[in-house]
Amino acid sequence: MQHAIEAKGLVKTYGKGAKAVRALSGVGFAVPRGTVFGLLGPNGAGKSTTTKIFTTLSTPDSGTAVVAGLDVAKEPGRVRHAIGYVPQKPCFDPTATGRENLTLQGHVYGMSGSDIRTRGDQLLERFGLADAANRITKTWSGGMQRKLDVALALMHRPQVLFLDEPTTGLDPEARADMWAEISGVTQADGVTVLLTTHYLEEADQLADRLVIIDRGQVVAEGTPEELKGGLEGDAVQVELADPSQQEAAHRAVAAVRGVGEITADGARLHARVGNGAATLPGLLAALDGAGVAPASLTVARPSLDDVYLRHAGRSFHSADRAGLAGATQTEVEVSTAARRTASGRQQ
Amino acid sequence: MSATLAPAAQARTAGGQRGAALRHAVYLTGRSLRILRREPVYLAFTLIQPMVWLLLFGALFERVADLPGFGDISYLEYLTPGVVVMTAMMSAGWAGSQFIDDMQRGVMDRNLTSPVSRGALITGALAYQAVVTVVQSLIVFGVGLLAGARYDGGVAGVLVVLLCATLLAVIFAALSCAVALTLRSQESLIGVSQFLTLPLAFMSTVMMAPALLPGWVGTVARYNPVDWAARASREALLGSPDWSAVFGRAGLLAALTLVMAWLATRAFRAYQRSV
Repeated sequence: MQHAIEAKGLVKTYGKGAKAVRALSGVGFAVPRGTVFGLLGPNGAGKSTTTKIFTTLSTPDSGTAVVAGLDVAKEPGRVRHAIGYVPQKPCFDPTATGRENLTLQGHVYGMSGSDIRTRGDQLLERFGLADAANRITKTWSGGMQRKLDVALALMHRPQVLFLDEPTTGLDPEARADMWAEISGVTQADGVTVLLTTHYLEEADQLADRLVIIDRGQVVAEGTPEELKGGLEGDAVQVELADPSQQEAAHRAVAAVRGVGEITADGARLHARVGNGAATLPGLLAALDGAGVAPASLTVARPSLDDVYLRHAGRSFHSADRAGLAGATQTEVEVSTAARRTASGRQQ
Repeated sequence: MSATLAPAAQARTAGGQRGAALRHAVYLTGRSLRILRREPVYLAFTLIQPMVWLLLFGALFERVADLPGFGDISYLEYLTPGVVVMTAMMSAGWAGSQFIDDMQRGVMDRNLTSPVSRGALITGALAYQAVVTVVQSLIVFGVGLLAGARYDGGVAGVLVVLLCATLLAVIFAALSCAVALTLRSQESLIGVSQFLTLPLAFMSTVMMAPALLPGWVGTVARYNPVDWAARASREALLGSPDWSAVFGRAGLLAALTLVMAWLATRAFRAYQRSV
């Protein structure tokens, strides 16, 4: 069984010398044909860089990328015919109608006139865009425009589809709609989909398998169920009113019976417990005894957020913010503190 | 067997690639023309601006032609080829803005992951500019004729003017694309374009007879492609042109066109590497 997508030891550095930024440090994974594979990670984790390498936009410093049996570095021309790509940013032409967009795309791939018409009709119909097909796309809703981006990428019947954050910026309704379309793609056309996202629920919902990427490395891989199943019990989150009490709180929580691993993330402590409801009274009493006042206390079933926290040593949202802000000073401190905690735990 | 077949197959592929590049360039030119058509205000200004230049400068400097140095033609007749080449340069200065739009959206990324020929992306932009230039130039001639100007060079003369204007347009369009791909911001492109075009138009014989230019301007003009195009065009419209002077300058324009197209292609490669 050949894989539709295969990455081995991908390394990519942007810039040179002191300013060099390591975007990928040895990413590897394999995607079986006809499945949806998720690349989950916060902003700046290396998801887009990975996608750019597979879509021939960028070349890795080392490592190999194989799509549909073709080595991306050796046969970029053939790879381009085999793949469809939906970039993070909208890529339709706003001054053209939906049909004109699809027609130009078909011509670019050397499709015949009649094939362009039938395939265009088919895609417009399937994505619910047929009624708007002859209107200028500038006037379409955001959800329709994004669906057109996906339709454009499917025009030439690619074997592999790359979706880079396909639902970022969409309202919840349009997002749910898009999720249904993406699931349909693998079923209707047998296309293999590589999906990058920083929405945990999106990966949970769509991906047959996924990898979690953090700071240019794969930190976990499996089906969403496997990843969540690796975590036992419930997740308890303690938000401290005073962040300086973090260490005292850490000690107090650790002493409570039934508490497993603890991760500190700024003013928040995340603890794994066997049974949330049963542990809570003892936990509150321990915090009270240590003179720590919690601002809030929550108990939840494990989510991918907890999986991420466990493998990356920081909560997904703080990592996402750090990535967005280009890692400003305070956030770097927070994340290095989190990393210290994480490595301390491993020892 | 396969060894003997290989060269033929290779030649076919190379021919196929050239065919595809040409087709892609045609589609991309068509796309740009469609965008122009869909923006009525922009289209109107593209068509009206050359008329305004001709009529405005024609009226403003009408008496200038009374000075010695302009020969025995009216100022409007002197000015027409100059306005044609000036308009060509000024329109072409914006050619790169489509690239910036495409880069800021995901259009450029989508194009680069498709089999679209890399050369066609540049050629399409330049060919579009050439089409716009021919239309604008014909408008200027039409307005000139309506205003009473007569061009002794006839059809052959007009064709030479169109050729020079198109070469000049491609030179500046290629430069504009190179700037756009390097700086990647509309504001920077506007800045560079404004900084270059007006001074180049004035440091030439577009509006003023060669003999009347101040010495240093005359020196600059000799190296100014706008002046090459203006002189060649004016000469070609005379009753009995000095063809060697015309083709000498047209040759310079053609050489510079190649240099600029190469520069734009280089800028494109650099952009691709930086993705």
